[in-house]
Amino acid sequence: MLNVKILGSGCANCKRLETIVRKVIADHGLQAEIEKVTDYGQMMRWNLMKTPGLVVNDTLVSSGRIPTEAEIASWLTS
Amino acid sequence: MAKSVTNPAFERSTGDRRAWLLVGGAALLWIGAYNIIQPLANWLTYELFGIAQGSHLGEAVAFFLYDVPKILLLLSGMIFVISTLRSFFSPERTRALLGGKREGVGNVVAAALGVLTPFCSCSAVPLFIGFVEAGIPLGVTFSFLIAAPMVNEVALVMLFGMFGWQVAGLYLVSGLIIAIVSGLVIGRLQMERYVEDFVWQIKGGGGAVAEEHLTWSQRFARAWENTREIISKVWLYVVIGIAVGAGIHGYVPQDALAGVMGADAWWSVPMAVILGVPLYASAAGVIPVVQALMAKGAALGTVLAFMMAVVALSLPELIILRRVLKPRLIATFVGVTAAGIILIGYLFNLVI
Repeated sequence: MLNVKILGSGCANCKRLETIVRKVIADHGLQAEIEKVTDYGQMMRWNLMKTPGLVVNDTLVSSGRIPTEAEIASWLTS
Repeated sequence: MAKSVTNPAFERSTGDRRAWLLVGGAALLWIGAYNIIQPLANWLTYELFGIAQGSHLGEAVAFFLYDVPKILLLLSGMIFVISTLRSFFSPERTRALLGGKREGVGNVVAAALGVLTPFCSCSAVPLFIGFVEAGIPLGVTFSFLIAAPMVNEVALVMLFGMFGWQVAGLYLVSGLIIAIVSGLVIGRLQMERYVEDFVWQIKGGGGAVAEEHLTWSQRFARAWENTREIISKVWLYVVIGIAVGAGIHGYVPQDALAGVMGADAWWSVPMAVILGVPLYASAAGVIPVVQALMAKGAALGTVLAFMMAVVALSLPELIILRRVLKPRLIATFVGVTAAGIILIGYLFNLVI
């Protein structure tokens, strides 16, 4: 099963990112668990300097922006 | 098709060419639009609506109809250009550039990079932790953290649109100077122990995102996305601000405000700073009002001080920074920056 983490302290963009990720997961019928990481100490495991960050299976794939649905889909399905 | 798939470099260059053509076409349209709004506003006001030329109402309506499209065009065009430029910078790269710098030079470089690096106050905390963890001195970090919001692109474009490039330039240069000096002062005060303790214990994992290599079409696409987001956030404030400004233009008598906000009223600069701190979201709407006030006798230094306090010392950012800074350091940060803004305000009132 996929593990997806949304890194961010609850800002507007973090919530938007989460909505889009959930939509992509539903659209592609994927099995994934979504975790929200709000603790700054934990975020630094990925050296994150811009929120929101998106982590798929422990790899940081994007930070500081909201990727497009197509980009997210390619990370989740590869 | 199969050929272009086997040759990604070829596909990339044609994609980029198309993106440049699109941007070039949009630029031509933009210039055309920018040149017809003045005659259009006059025609609408005096011909179509039939308001008498020289009347208070006519002046206010023509001002509004010209300034709203002008400012919105300037904002979308210039923010697109700035966003494209900023796609060449990232906090990660900035951190690497600042890594080996000493105080002094480091403060100057940090303030300049603060202007160029894309920054959102919601990322202030991870950025602060990332800088401190990389061994960048506290004062240098603060030069960055002060310059980044202080030289605000929306404010810069609005000042340019309503006061001209000289005032916009003054705002940019004085913002940089305040950031450099405030960072130097905070560095001298040795306030490391007023950073929350957990920050010093964090050890980074080293797993940063690989440096992205963006094509021009990706840069333009992201810059356009960013521009749309900013415009959708500020357009209403701009319209309301210009409407209020237009009212003041047409109806408030000349020099009515010289006594309250003029250069002779010594208390007007600190007052403007105190009023500016809680006024965050409406930075875009404040400038048209302020411009109208100035036309009626308010002083430039007072206006700039107000502007800077609005963007640099916003309450939401202070609340966010409280997660990593102890109250004493927050107070120092606000005090030093506010003092810098007030000094610059007085200086402009004296000089101009």
